[in-house]
Formats: sequence, structure tokens, C-alpha cells
Amino acid sequence: MDVLWAHAGPLTARDVSKAMADRDLAPTTVMTVLDRLTRKGFLLRERDGRAWRYRPAESRDAYVAELMLGALDMTGDRDAALARFAQSVTGSEAETLRRVLAELEEK
Amino acid sequence: MIVLAFAVLAAICVLGAVRLRGAKWPWRDPRPVVVLWQALGLTWGLATTGALFAYGVEPFGLGVFRGLVALTAETVVSGPPPLGVDHYVALLLGTGLLGLLVGVLAVATVHVFRARRRHRAMLSLVGRGTPEVPGVLVLDHPAAAAYCVPGLRPQVVISEGTLRLLKDAELAAVLSHEEAHVRERHDLVLLPFAALRKALPFSEVVREAQSSVALLVEMCADDHARKRHGPRLLATALLRFGAAGHTPAPHGALGTVGSAQGEMLARVDRLLTPGPALPLRLRLGLFTVSTLLLLAPPLLWFLPA
Repeated sequence: MDVLWAHAGPLTARDVSKAMADRDLAPTTVMTVLDRLTRKGFLLRERDGRAWRYRPAESRDAYVAELMLGALDMTGDRDAALARFAQSVTGSEAETLRRVLAELEEK
Repeated sequence: MIVLAFAVLAAICVLGAVRLRGAKWPWRDPRPVVVLWQALGLTWGLATTGALFAYGVEPFGLGVFRGLVALTAETVVSGPPPLGVDHYVALLLGTGLLGLLVGVLAVATVHVFRARRRHRAMLSLVGRGTPEVPGVLVLDHPAAAAYCVPGLRPQVVISEGTLRLLKDAELAAVLSHEEAHVRERHDLVLLPFAALRKALPFSEVVREAQSSVALLVEMCADDHARKRHGPRLLATALLRFGAAGHTPAPHGALGTVGSAQGEMLARVDRLLTPGPALPLRLRLGLFTVSTLLLLAPPLLWFLPA
């Protein structure tokens, strides 16, 4: 996935294998992984002669952003999918917390 | 008789929930009260549906379970028995409510598992390990976040922002808090309440019950972390988190934002100045009440008239 993100255009399975030559993976393994990622919707592919060319469906940052949205529970309703440590608060309320923190650190 | 007993039991559960929501004494020892909340919720569902079914099959004089069996048998063999309309209405309502409760729980469970599967898949693509905290995945994002994806193979995740925000010792306390969520399966504790909220979206009591339980579960995890890392580190970590404030207020969620600060201060406060532990008598009492509540509905369901 990182190989595809680093590369601007779509790549074939062979290109990806070459880029990952240091990992010593069988070409069939790479193809299987690419195929699975496509079925999960993370990659898009198009025919190019006899091979498929793959490209990421979204940028890496888009996935990080989506994960963070879930992590910060921005959807509004408390869903039970994740267990979060704490929610951050906004504006003047954050000010109150900062004051308590400062008092605590002085002690 | 059984109808009345069920109705009283359901009323006790509602009254219990009304008294318990927003109460502050459970903060001194959250765990037994979380158990009590579970008992209240489950018993309420079984008692309310039980009362409706009991009224429906009252003419058989066989009790609820055997009455329902007799009703089904008779309907199959010789068509619907000539019960009054009121009995049929009660049976219909009972079936509807039971279906609704089981249905929302099933839908909520499927929804949560789907969301987690997608979350895990994305994590495997963009999360990275870090030598500082082995076993934890890091997301490259400046906002502060720390959470875990519960399940059979739980995964704790923190953001780059959290790494920079917290001192090492504070981070260890936060990770210990998450570990408690994972180990005690707090997600499963909260799931039925989230589902009940979906089933009865207009009920204030259910809404407050859900947030009470959510807060108590956080406090359970806080206690776990406090025992290992001391109260101070966890308190400062909480405050830093809350005050980090990268997050804009989500639309239409002002109420929850207001209570987020209240909950945060309540958690910090009980860490720094813990109240006296609940007396043993009260803890035993809570345990007894929970047990009785859980035993009552099955007893009434299978009581032969």
C-alpha cells in the first residue's frame, strides 16, 4: 500500500513486486494481497492489456482522518465500537481545565 | 397475580434507574453499580414483556411460559382460541416489544462489528508501530487521541499528538486505563445500553442511564490505572487531554460537549480527592439487589400460575 501511495500513477502487480524486492515476496503473494485490498475497497484497478493496474482509492491522509474522526467520536452519538480515553472539550471549558492543570503542577 | 408481580418488578427497575441516574455516590466504587445497572436493564426488559405475555395467556391459568406453549399448541391444532381482544392486544404488544428489543440489540451488534472490522482494516494500512511503546499503533495526526478497538484481538491506538502531549509516565497511565477497558470488556457492558437508546430514542431515563454507565465504566478503568500508576499522573493526563482542544464542537452535540467537561472534572476530582470507600454493608446490599433482580424474571416466567 505504501508503495502505491508513494507512486503517483497506477502500478501493476509486477511493478509493486519490483519496488518491494528487498522484502523477498513471491509475485503471487503480492497479487493476492492486491486483489484482497481491491475487494475491500482500498484499491481501484483497471485493465491494461493482460495485467491489472492498481491505484489507491483514497490518500493515506484521508484514512488517517477517517480513523481520527471515529477516535474523537465526532459522529455525535456515543457509539460502542471503540473505547476512548477521554474527549477533549472546547473554548472556555478547556480554559477551566488548563487552570486546574496549572494549579496541580504547582503543588 | 403474575401480571401484577411483573408490573411491580418493571416499575421497580424504572424507579431504580430514575434514582440511580446522575447519582454521585456510585463514583466511590463504580464496579458494583455497573453490575446493578446491567441487572436493571435486563430485568426491565424481561419484566415488561413478561407482564404483557402474562396478561395475554392469563385465561389458560398455566403461568407465562407454559401458557404460551399451550396457546401455540392450540392455535396450531384447532385455530386461535377464543380469548378476549384485550388478551390478544397484550400478546401483540409483548411480541412487538420483545422483537424490538432483540432486534435493536442484534442491529447494534452487527453495526459495531462492521465498524470495528473497517477500522481494523484501515489501521493495518496507515497505523505504524513505535519503539517507544511496543504493541501500540500510532496514527500520524496532530490531535490528541487514545483509544482501543475492543475484540478478541484488541488493539490500542494513540495519535502522534498524544505522544507529544503526554509525558512518558502519563502515557503509561493512559495505556493502563485502555488495558482495563479491553480486559474487562467494557464495550460489551455498554452495547445493550446503546441499543436500548436506539429502541427508545425519546426516553430521558434511557439517555441518562447510558451516560451514567459510560461514566462509571471510565471510572472503573481509571481505578485500574490509578492502582498501578498513582492518581496524579492519570489526572494530569486527563487534564492535558481535555485542554488540548484541537477538536471543533461537533454539530448538534452541544449538550454532550457541556457534559464532557463535567465528566472530565468529576473524574479528575475523584482521582485527587477520593471519597471514603462504600461501606461493606452497602456493597453487599448492591450485590444482593442485583442478584434478586436477575433471578426474579426467570422465576416468574416459569412459575406455573
